[in-house]
Amino acid sequence: MPKLARDTQHLLLTVTPGVLCILVFLVLPSLYLMGMAFLTNGPYGLPTLPLSLQAFRELAGFGFLGWSPGNLYTLLRSVWQTLLATLIVTLIAYPAAYYISTRPARWRALMLLAVVVPSWTNQVIRSVGWMNILAPGTPLADFAARLGFIEPQMGLFPSQFAVIIGLVYNFLPFMVLPLYAAFEKLDMAQVEAARDLFASPLSAFRHAVFPQTLPGLMAGVVLVAIPAFGMYVVTELLGGGRSMMIGNLVARQFAQASNWPLGAAGALIMIAVTLIGLKVLRNLGRRLGGDREVVL
Amino acid sequence: MSEPAPPMQQRARSASSIGIDQVSRRFAADAVALDDVSLDIQPGEFFTLLGPSGCGKTTLLRLLAGLDQPDSGLIHIGGRSMQGVPPHRRSVNTVFQSYALFPHRNVRENIRFGLEMQRLSAAEISRRIERTAALIGIDKLLERGIDQLSGGQRQRVALARALVNEPDVLLLDEPLSALDAGLRGRLQIELRRLQRQLGMTFVFVTHDQEEAMVMSDRIAVLNHGRLAQIGTPQAIYEKPADEFVARFMGHENLLPIKKSDATGIETPIGRFSGDFAEGAYLLLPPQSLILHRLDQPAAPDCIEAVVDECLYRGGMTEYRLSCSDWPLVATLANQGRPGPAAGDRVRLEVVTRAAAVLQAEGDG
Repeated sequence: MPKLARDTQHLLLTVTPGVLCILVFLVLPSLYLMGMAFLTNGPYGLPTLPLSLQAFRELAGFGFLGWSPGNLYTLLRSVWQTLLATLIVTLIAYPAAYYISTRPARWRALMLLAVVVPSWTNQVIRSVGWMNILAPGTPLADFAARLGFIEPQMGLFPSQFAVIIGLVYNFLPFMVLPLYAAFEKLDMAQVEAARDLFASPLSAFRHAVFPQTLPGLMAGVVLVAIPAFGMYVVTELLGGGRSMMIGNLVARQFAQASNWPLGAAGALIMIAVTLIGLKVLRNLGRRLGGDREVVL
Repeated sequence: MSEPAPPMQQRARSASSIGIDQVSRRFAADAVALDDVSLDIQPGEFFTLLGPSGCGKTTLLRLLAGLDQPDSGLIHIGGRSMQGVPPHRRSVNTVFQSYALFPHRNVRENIRFGLEMQRLSAAEISRRIERTAALIGIDKLLERGIDQLSGGQRQRVALARALVNEPDVLLLDEPLSALDAGLRGRLQIELRRLQRQLGMTFVFVTHDQEEAMVMSDRIAVLNHGRLAQIGTPQAIYEKPADEFVARFMGHENLLPIKKSDATGIETPIGRFSGDFAEGAYLLLPPQSLILHRLDQPAAPDCIEAVVDECLYRGGMTEYRLSCSDWPLVATLANQGRPGPAAGDRVRLEVVTRAAAVLQAEGDG
């Protein structure tokens, strides 16, 4: 065996475990999934040869009974619910992060803890908690019924409303934390410079505060939107059939419907949509941030 | 002005006076930043607020910019009361100590910010940017990003970003403090020349007394939020109002006056006859002390001292002396002759014309 240079030895020693992990736990399963998507679903619910596009055809809605838009609706609904939840999370987290960052130091730590602590509890338990809050006969449901939002005796769950609440509640910390980090190192001198240079308070926010928080905001959007798009637990527990997301569709193919190729095709579509979303976000960040890279 | 006026010089006509009338500002019950400060700044004046950190000079500048409001007192700019006028409605621009450039905008976009906010026409905006960039010498940098600039270049961009608005008053908050000595000296001269050329009112904040003396028409010395003295650099250096101002201007020879009568005063190093004003200290600036070797012919009224230390300062040597156990500092120009050495006895001639009598701190 040829004697390797010390540098090369070090390189192999430090990089190999990481590369192996990625290979075994990411690359191989992804390839397996990709292969699976192009197999045919056999008569006994097992994926078999020949290679075909049958799974994708089914995913697009072509079944025994002709074309149905159900799966396409699920995909569009996933995108819509993700966007809506991310928007609401941002609207809550942006002022909250600013408020926390302006408190005295000891309060800041406490308030951040209050934001983070709920996420230490299991997602299922938290969703069940919301079921109890939104169920028929609870004060909140009665109140909503009296205002005429729902029929009397009905609950606020299962519904799309409950799913959005669940998503917002789940992912709020992931938006608050990066935004807080951005606000904490906000350079107030830039804001004062903008005010000094004839910017109204609103213009100063737009031109001096917002650009400084943009990287934090973009990080938050990535941290919220990607897992929200793949959400499975919250929709399963809080939503009905009309708020199902693509994560549920995929899970169902593996767990109940025994149509693995269809599930794999769904997972591939999820990855594709996520990548497209990242690309859109990156372009948006570039436009808002004056050609600076704000998203990796 | 005798020479034909370039476009920007026309602004001289609108240079504004500033009136500061009994202004106070406290941040907490016990933290008084400004205490009953009154002063007037003339149109077209280069006016400096000088003092140690925490003396209130930056607070006063922020009050002028409108970034902070006084707790009491009135501020007038160009005869107009600034009470309740927000910063974006004041024809005042600031060069910030940290420069506060916008990192997500390049040099041109930084400079055009104020013009954009004022909704000037595109033609006017580019005309003003070109003119200001040429004036400040940054016309080659306009397309650069902020992170590609050196400290001195950033300083110029910050200056251009403020000046391009052609404000009635330009505020400068220690704009040179982050630069190295050589660049600093050059920019001092450049800023001074620029102010003269534009005829604009400059209010300059610094803690460096030499910088203040070099640049200013007049200086206001602040101490713990109070106005200690206001005057020309010469008046402040040669006739400081009190002990604080004297020490802050770099004076070290302050002799407590033990007794004074119609014919003279008594100090720890001896009696000086003459007609002196009432006061607590006799100030002997370096130029009031002439060093003689013992072997040189003695002038009348000389006192004896011992050299403790010689500090070579290039053009001159600084001598730290003891005179009747009292420390004194004197200087001697280095003119090729060997001067006295440590341990030598010397004679000191005191030029009382150049001496001054001053008050204890806060009495003035």
